Amino acid sequence: MKQTARIISTYSADIFGVCSALFELGGMVVMHDPSGCNSTYTTHDEPRWFDTESQIYISGLTEMDAILGNDRRLIDDITETALLQQPAFICIVGSQIPAMIGCDLPAVARIVEKNTGIRTFSLPTNSMHSYVHGVYLALEALAGMMADSAAREPVSPRHINVLGLTPLDFSVNGSAESICRWLAGNDFTVVSRWAMGSSLENLRRASRAEVNLVVSYGGLGAARVMENAWGTPYVIGVPFGSMKKRLLPCLEPPFDHAYPAARPFSSTAESVPEKNIYLIGESVFSSSLATALEDELHCHIRVICPVETEDRLLRPGDLRATDEIDLEPLFSNASAILADPLYEPICPAGTPFIELPQEGFSGRLYRKYIPDLIASSCIRDGIPELQKIPG
Amino acid sequence: MLQKINGKPSRAVIKLRDAAFPAPFPHTLEYSPPARGTWNIVHTGMLVPESHQIYICAAGCLRGVVLTAAEMGMMDRFSTLEVREENLITKDNETFIIEGITSILRRLPKLPKAVLVFTACVHHFLGCNLRYVYSCLRKRFPQVDFAECIMDPIRQTQSIPPEARERREIYRLWKHRPRSTASINIIGSNLPLDRNSELSCLLENGGFLLRDMTACRNYEEFQSMAQSCLNLYQNPFTHLAAKDLKERLGQDYLYLPQCYDADGILAQLRDIGSFLGIPLPDFYEPLEKARKALQLAKDTIGSSPVAIDLSFTFRPFHLAHILCRYGFHITQIFSDIITKEDEPDFLWLQKHHGDIDLIATKNADLRLFRRTSPEKLLALGQKAAYFNDTPYFVNLVEGGGLWGFNGLCRLSSLMMEAFRTPKDLRRLIQKKGWGGPCCL
Repeated sequence: MKQTARIISTYSADIFGVCSALFELGGMVVMHDPSGCNSTYTTHDEPRWFDTESQIYISGLTEMDAILGNDRRLIDDITETALLQQPAFICIVGSQIPAMIGCDLPAVARIVEKNTGIRTFSLPTNSMHSYVHGVYLALEALAGMMADSAAREPVSPRHINVLGLTPLDFSVNGSAESICRWLAGNDFTVVSRWAMGSSLENLRRASRAEVNLVVSYGGLGAARVMENAWGTPYVIGVPFGSMKKRLLPCLEPPFDHAYPAARPFSSTAESVPEKNIYLIGESVFSSSLATALEDELHCHIRVICPVETEDRLLRPGDLRATDEIDLEPLFSNASAILADPLYEPICPAGTPFIELPQEGFSGRLYRKYIPDLIASSCIRDGIPELQKIPG
Repeated sequence: MLQKINGKPSRAVIKLRDAAFPAPFPHTLEYSPPARGTWNIVHTGMLVPESHQIYICAAGCLRGVVLTAAEMGMMDRFSTLEVREENLITKDNETFIIEGITSILRRLPKLPKAVLVFTACVHHFLGCNLRYVYSCLRKRFPQVDFAECIMDPIRQTQSIPPEARERREIYRLWKHRPRSTASINIIGSNLPLDRNSELSCLLENGGFLLRDMTACRNYEEFQSMAQSCLNLYQNPFTHLAAKDLKERLGQDYLYLPQCYDADGILAQLRDIGSFLGIPLPDFYEPLEKARKALQLAKDTIGSSPVAIDLSFTFRPFHLAHILCRYGFHITQIFSDIITKEDEPDFLWLQKHHGDIDLIATKNADLRLFRRTSPEKLLALGQKAAYFNDTPYFVNLVEGGGLWGFNGLCRLSSLMMEAFRTPKDLRRLIQKKGWGGPCCL
């Protein structure tokens, strides 16, 4: 039956995606939820929690407040804390129960903003979508704020923003830095990184960029806002292996707007084989990696995207499937599977399984084994197990 | 009175003399410090041998429990049924749960002996007919025992906390058995009772079989606890279960709150002896040994500051009281509430050591707490260690299974060892479920 998981994990939720995207920007994020969300996010999904004083809090919603529609306590608690801690902005996100009872978080945000004088906004999360949806909403909202309020700077040639960086997709293993190093090595100046390794001030200068590089679905909403507001073009893809060469020309004027990762890459294989090599993960990350691997290994790889995306971010033949019940039949016909280790229990015995841990799925469990696949030109260096893939 | 931390006024720190019983801190936004050693409902549920857990809730709620099981290396005993948006509007949720659990159980390699089902806050608000759900499940799977647990933190302050309900439902799995007057249970704890404690020795020397829930190796051993005549427990989340067992199976119970003073330990031993009709040995020797051990710890630690938190013991004020009496320099107690058991100790400390800082652990202002201590500080508990950023800490939770005079000796030894030898704070405190299986 759909929606059941006998043995596999579940993806991080939208509410945590918001927290992850906004974590480094000096704002306050309030999860309107009874309990649990805060420790879940900060234990499993936030590798920066131990050292960084980010203001991520939970409201502690009670049954009576939910039944009586008492938003006063939420408003007062946020107001009092914000006045003491003076965050750069306040973001209020709801989990399942606030969504179910129709809690008017935009109204709460307006009142808090009036009380504190601090820019406050809410996002329509409900804990029933995956983290990529939350990252998308958060970065899109931030871009909207910048477009509305930040002074537009003159565009500088070869200046670029990187959109869609969070530890949930890229961990804290140096991948974000590797992307920036690669850009710098190709004479680009990175204006801002949304949102790992940049301050809110850096983000305010995003209009200076000549082009945006979208490295996950989560960055796409922000890219669209910037395109509409400032006319900044965007290119989609992660610079793994051969993707570096594919992406570079697109980042040059007149800027290829045709979404490299979604382009129908011709497989280097003569024809699509009967048995598939599957790669499971977020769409932009996985499509880019699959393309680079196809170039490197001369094989055909199908991406299975289990989280929110748009069809055009997937390549022809790629799939969308989330539930265990949908994945098992696909896996039964696989010649190899590249996926997070928590998928392995549904991988048929004898089918090569290549571990590709992802924080968005297994949290911190395999964090130390997540390779930076962007640093080197050869992906095999980061995943020695690729030799298991049948020739 | 607000004190300043990190240069800013904080609602998270007050002097003990200014604290009000039982809730010294007003409600505000909550923060979660990265000290994860306490057990959660998944850890506790895994103590039921040959059982399987199924959680039914939204992705955000599932995330924490799924990864708890994954970090325990026990995903083969854990499944989920994800509640999505359409379930709130269009679906017959009773059927959804029944068919979902059926689908999961039929896909397991073999049927578990027991299934702990955890519905969630959302089912309470949807008015889901759980009686019907369980009735159908029991008809479909007569060979499986179902425990009706609920993960509903939204009701934890105004109804039964999930931890207390889980314990009641776990022990409701026990079926009637002929009573054995020679068998006694330890229930409700996550950690095994120290087998060298006076309690264990008293019962074993008295000819009683002591059955500790944490030591059950299979479902039959777990079920055989139903024949015991007495349930002993230390964990305060077990009150409900103990009363329920008395009502349902007629098993008597004794609550033995964690105790660090000689009179209290002797009183508990007398209660047990009197209840079971067994003579008490002379405890002078172990008592003296414990007293000397604590004195030695005091001599070693001297006047260095000591901080205690509520994850270390269910009775932080009681422990602080006893350590103060031995001359330890208690400077901080980290606790969001004061329990009824701790009230006399809290009042004594207020009167005699009102200068101790009482510090919340969840208050949002803790995020800006200056995590440092100007001098070498010994922390008893992971949260006290984290907030002081000290490598000198005793790393255990929930009392660590220590009991009685032997427990005091062990505690003294751990304190001295912790004071002498620094630990890897970051690595140790971020592991979930101290003392249980962990793959990290």
